[in-house]
Amino acid sequence: MTMAYRHGTEGLDMAWCPGCGNFGIRNALLKALEDLEIPAEELVVVSGIGQAAKMPHYIKCSCFNGLHGRALPPATAIAVCNRDLTVIAEGGDGDMYGEGGNHFIHCVRRNPDITHLVHDNMVYGLTKGQASPTSMIGFETPVQPEGVILRPFDPVAVAVALDASFVARSFAGDPDHLSGIIVEAVKHRGYALVDILQPCVSFNRVNDYDWFRENSFEVGDDHDPTNREAAFSLAVGSEKLALGVIYRNEDRKTFEEQQPVWEEDGTPLFRRGPDLEELRRLAGEYEV
Amino acid sequence: MKEMGNGGRADVNLVVSGAAGQGIKTVEKLLGKLLGRTGRFVFSTKEYMSRVRGGSNSTDLRVSAEAVDCPVERVDLLLALDGPAIGHMERRITEETLVVASPGDLEDRVGIRARKAPVDLEGLAEEAGRKVYSNTVAAGVAAGVLGLPLEECLPVLEGFFGDPDSEDVKGNTKAFKAGFEKGGDLDAGLEIEPGEAAGMLLMSGGDAVGMGALAGGVRFICSYPMSPSTAVLVFLARHARRFGIVVEQAEDEISAVNMGLGAWYTGARAMVTTSGGGLSLMAEGVSLCGMLETPMVFHVAQRPGPATGLPTRTGQEDLELVLHAGHGEFPRIVLAPGTLEQAFALTARAFMLAEKHQVPVFLLTDQNLMDTFYQVRELPLDDVDTTRFLAEAGEDYRRYSLDEGPPSPMAVPGSGTGLVCLDSDEHDEEGHITEDLDLRVRMVDKRLGKMEGIAEDVLEPELCGEGSIIVVSWGSTRNACLEAAALTGRDDLAVLHVCQPYPLSRKVGEILEGADAVITVEGNATGQFGRLLRDLTGITPDAEILRYDGLPFRADTLAEQLSSQLEGI
Ligand SMILES: Cc1ncc(C[n+]2csc(CCOP(=O)(O)OP(=O)(O)O)c2C)c(N)n1
Ligand code: SF4
Repeated sequence: MTMAYRHGTEGLDMAWCPGCGNFGIRNALLKALEDLEIPAEELVVVSGIGQAAKMPHYIKCSCFNGLHGRALPPATAIAVCNRDLTVIAEGGDGDMYGEGGNHFIHCVRRNPDITHLVHDNMVYGLTKGQASPTSMIGFETPVQPEGVILRPFDPVAVAVALDASFVARSFAGDPDHLSGIIVEAVKHRGYALVDILQPCVSFNRVNDYDWFRENSFEVGDDHDPTNREAAFSLAVGSEKLALGVIYRNEDRKTFEEQQPVWEEDGTPLFRRGPDLEELRRLAGEYEV
Repeated sequence: MKEMGNGGRADVNLVVSGAAGQGIKTVEKLLGKLLGRTGRFVFSTKEYMSRVRGGSNSTDLRVSAEAVDCPVERVDLLLALDGPAIGHMERRITEETLVVASPGDLEDRVGIRARKAPVDLEGLAEEAGRKVYSNTVAAGVAAGVLGLPLEECLPVLEGFFGDPDSEDVKGNTKAFKAGFEKGGDLDAGLEIEPGEAAGMLLMSGGDAVGMGALAGGVRFICSYPMSPSTAVLVFLARHARRFGIVVEQAEDEISAVNMGLGAWYTGARAMVTTSGGGLSLMAEGVSLCGMLETPMVFHVAQRPGPATGLPTRTGQEDLELVLHAGHGEFPRIVLAPGTLEQAFALTARAFMLAEKHQVPVFLLTDQNLMDTFYQVRELPLDDVDTTRFLAEAGEDYRRYSLDEGPPSPMAVPGSGTGLVCLDSDEHDEEGHITEDLDLRVRMVDKRLGKMEGIAEDVLEPELCGEGSIIVVSWGSTRNACLEAAALTGRDDLAVLHVCQPYPLSRKVGEILEGADAVITVEGNATGQFGRLLRDLTGITPDAEILRYDGLPFRADTLAEQLSSQLEGI
């Protein structure tokens, strides 16, 4: 069992810009994983394509770094095929809410036991500064020179509307808060979304560290995250972005729990061979 | 080659036609059981419109005392469940065809040249209790015409309609008997003697692929419904609990293929089932499969395109799609079964090949094969290669090691203390993103190097007959080509069937090299296999027989086409 997650950055050829919010997220993730005491070989980080999606290359874990927008489907499959693994799906807002938006919706419906970390920098980083689904109206980019005219996508409100079993938001500039939230999200049984406000210092000069600080607030103890209406109000009714656990529904069964394959047998599927004798019986049933 | 006389009633082709929702399927299933149980061989195939109610659909049931495994154009007996069905079948009706329909429906078709047999199906059904029994009356007529022994039919009816004391069984039995009597009275001369079919397995192409997947150790299937591929998803869903399979209907094909790759990353053997349109959506996932070197089985059941095309009909238009789907360069395997036994065996084999060589394997079928039923003696279960090709992730495991293989040993996460890293970017041996361009070249060479091992596992073509003029068939056209060649009565013909279009066995070129003429038979308009043949062997077919109206090749009309092609050679 190796617990030593790759701390520090020496030996790593990292593609992130100095000062990027991704570093804060990485630190928070490493701390959370250490607090959770998850052995590296039992952790699978699934990601798509983008700057955020490079995370699994910068920590110590098994990983499935697949296609842009497509992290959630393999993450779901990995979780349902081997329940011994801890599965985290991670990527940017374009990756998860744009290209992969349909998977996001249906993943919430499926409720696999995975943690979904979205680096929400309100811009496309890797492709150099186009609008993302969460960009604010009026945000100017080379592709939207007169400013974005589409209303921003609100992942937290959508997740609550879909009765996601765990919905939280945190901020890359506050790694302590974030690592605490990640710990809760990973421990949560079922799908857990953490939308992480992440400054992109290279392509988003509007939503910088100060802007996020000024435009967010931590939810207080008076918020009851099991109250869906309250959660929805918090998501859509606040002028500023609410940070913390917004909603949780512990009553939902997970995708895995409802699979017949797991009812009597805990063996990961790769260790189960074909049952040719049973197949012989089945073929026999075709005798007319 | 099989001899199949078309005089003296070696076989009867009976067609049941009516509107969607009229219970053609029940007639088909019931007759299938009755024929099998009384020792007759039966082959069935259907053509239907892409609608749930109305229109006109038909099911062919070819009955014989000898094994039958492909359709014919000729219709000996038509059971028309409604008036429009006669019009729908008009092109296939001749003076020889016995048309059984209600008196009113037949009168409306005075112009039709046929042996007319008015039978008041609905009236007899009502006498038996309910109008809905008309299709049972029709089945009874067919059984009577074919000369099945009534006493052997009755127990089958009970088993088919459920509880022997129920109203339904009584009513249906009465309806069947009434039809049976009428059928016998017609003295149609279409009796079929019993053969050695008792105890055989009657199954469809969809069943055969489904059971092949079970034999191949499938543990995960995720797909988005699309005709004609859905039968496999339904089959595995039905047996999910019994065989321990995760079956998930995805939100779209993109999700399906990416889930499948996730499953196989954990070592769970996975597949997707789709048709051309769905595979087009999966194309990026095919490419991912090539890059990750994570195995995957793609069942692609073809239907005519482009776009939505003819959703419920057949074609062989997607050979070039499966050969080229996905950007970039990577090895792949394409299998195309021609019989139910092959559908079973090649599906099972697809899982073995995918895991052994860490490549996408395409199992290319079509509506013709999916919706076809006939008897097989047994499934070749004992020949299934159940070898697994998984390594253990040791401490310093590198998923894309250049030291071994190709392929590099594939371990799955959680199988040891090592880490298993996959990357869709070009990657280093550990599986981490790289832009080291020398390494890039070595990785490409390693991936493409798998083609050598794949070549060693290539399936040889099947050559039937000794003639020097070779008819080349691939995929589901096999049986029709064999019978058509026999029907021409020419001994200078041979049939070469290819069940693995890619990579192609060297044998194909060697055999065709020595031929006096090569005729390809394909269910598409441009001769895709002919093109592949030219590409891989340098051999250009002398003639092509192409069908792209959405219907399968039928032995008798294909024989005529072959004969006229042969005149020119
Ligand atoms: C199918 C496909 N389309 C487009 C791209 C190009 N692409 C790569 S990352 C990206 C968006 C990056 O933005 P985001 O997901 O928000 O991540 P960030 O880089 O900001 O972390 C795009 C458009 C791609 N890789 N694949
Ligand atoms: S482009 Fe933006 S998001 Fe990407 S690493 Fe640089 S600062 Fe971070």
